[in-house]
Amino acid sequence: MGSVTATVAPSTSANVTRWFRTFGALSRAGFRRYATYRQAAFAGVVTNTVFGFLRCSVLLAAAGSGTVGGYGRDQLATFVWVGQGLLAVVLLWGWSDLADRIRTGDVASDLLRPVHPVTSYLATDLGRAGYAALSRLLPPVLVGPLFFDVYLPSRWPTVGLFAVSVVTAVVLCFGCRFLVNATAYWWQDARGPLLLWTLGSGVLAGLYFPLRFLPEWLQLALWFGTPFPSLLQTPLDVLVERDPPATQVGLVALQLGWAVLVLGACRLVQRRAERRLVVQGG
Amino acid sequence: MSVIELDGLRKEFTVRVKAGRLRREKRTVTAVDGIDLRVERGELLGYIGPNGAGKSTTLKMLTGVLSPSAGQARVCGLRPVADRTRLALRIGVVFGQRSQLWWDLPLADSFDLLRHLYRVPAADHAARLRRCRDLLDLDAFLDTPVRQLSLGQRMRGELTAALLHGPQVLFLDEPTIGLDVVSKQAVRGFLAELGRAGDTTLVLTTHDLADIERLCARLVVIDHGRVVHDGSIAALHARYGSRRLVVAELDAPLPTPPQPVGAPLHRVEADGRRLVYTLESAGVAEVVSALAGVAALRDVSIVEPDIEDVVARLYRTPAPDPRRPA
Repeated sequence: MGSVTATVAPSTSANVTRWFRTFGALSRAGFRRYATYRQAAFAGVVTNTVFGFLRCSVLLAAAGSGTVGGYGRDQLATFVWVGQGLLAVVLLWGWSDLADRIRTGDVASDLLRPVHPVTSYLATDLGRAGYAALSRLLPPVLVGPLFFDVYLPSRWPTVGLFAVSVVTAVVLCFGCRFLVNATAYWWQDARGPLLLWTLGSGVLAGLYFPLRFLPEWLQLALWFGTPFPSLLQTPLDVLVERDPPATQVGLVALQLGWAVLVLGACRLVQRRAERRLVVQGG
Repeated sequence: MSVIELDGLRKEFTVRVKAGRLRREKRTVTAVDGIDLRVERGELLGYIGPNGAGKSTTLKMLTGVLSPSAGQARVCGLRPVADRTRLALRIGVVFGQRSQLWWDLPLADSFDLLRHLYRVPAADHAARLRRCRDLLDLDAFLDTPVRQLSLGQRMRGELTAALLHGPQVLFLDEPTIGLDVVSKQAVRGFLAELGRAGDTTLVLTTHDLADIERLCARLVVIDHGRVVHDGSIAALHARYGSRRLVVAELDAPLPTPPQPVGAPLHRVEADGRRLVYTLESAGVAEVVSALAGVAALRDVSIVEPDIEDVVARLYRTPAPDPRRPA
């Protein structure tokens, strides 16, 4: 009787499982890497908390005894204090790892891994965000309520939606930072674009003041035309229940759309960059 | 099938040069200028050349980091750039000048992460790690963050990291640069051991020719992006006229020095009781037996040609056409 030799491809589900395992290992490593810098985390917490008092006092003074931009006093306090923590979780500023590695040529090591660079950087960043959620988000969230009346969500689904919104914001913010850093592939240095990013994102993400203070046409233009409000303003608006549930869901959906778009752009840019890459140094 | 196949591999870079106050001119620099090469499984290849010769550029094209401007490259049957992530599973790379480890993680954590990245079965990982720990003495600093390791320790970590997934080809770009004598010996000993096992193909670029002498049977010298020598070290010596000396001390001076039969003699110098035979290549045994037949020997020493001298001469002279015998 004849025999048949068949080559069986590994099943897709096994591949997916292994992909998630690799992703998880990279995220755990990201968590541990950032957890080694405890003094930096402590200094960050102190700074964010001090600025929390400043921003909160200014906004509450602006609000007077009523509401401003559709926020009550307690909603504003939550917006500020959670925002101060979230700032470090999405890591709006201060990430130039990729640009530095391009400049020194160390990016070559990233290309020698069996994992796509965008995937491995994203996994690492999610691990970093996990550590930041513990070390940088919790302290201001705990300190704020000691000194100010804060708003707690009144609808249960808000909590889940907020969690989704925060994770999406981290992914989106990572994508934006990756794109800004990737300019170094072309210009050897990303300091200019990083400076512009720092200036722009602070204003347009709703960190300096809630974007709802702006005229409505401008709000629409910002939300639909740029990813910035989805970085910080959206998760905070979801948490303080600034809008009815349907609008909340819509805002998060818009955020997800931006995240997909920006991650796609990251992969595209990375592919273009690899074609023209000059690895610096011997 | 060869593990590495290069056909007419070229890489050109465009640089902008200042040509006036505002004007800049584009200029094309050819880093690698048509390299053909075949490397078989288990070979230990030394790939040397002066600074700027195109060594690292070739290596980057072989590992898929840089795309060639022209020509073909195949490594383990794959196209390095197009199949880069698949190729990464089959090759290991050590850059002496940069780290592939995670700066802020202990070495042990880096190794663990690599296991997941390369999807190595736990048992294989453990066996390979154990072997590296024994041969490279890693135990003392396995729990130290990479940023706190000395260069020698880090390099031992890098070697381990490059081998944990059992690569078919190991590319080493100046792995002993900046290392002290002890660490250099440790690294060389380890690579020699790896070479003896015969499964792994090694491609080594270095400026330290002792690495090559110790490890590589085959030597490829490139200059200005072209291969100027491909063969054994002995062939290089033969081609560039480097000679061995046999220095003999006799009990009493001889009236005429004996002429050994069959030895490719270049010259004999007599200085009282001291005789110096200059040989084109092999023939030490013939010289010694000819001497022992006619005189009482007090001492014999053999001075090997210095590869550094040969290579220095090679780098200085204009490149000979490799297709024409020298």
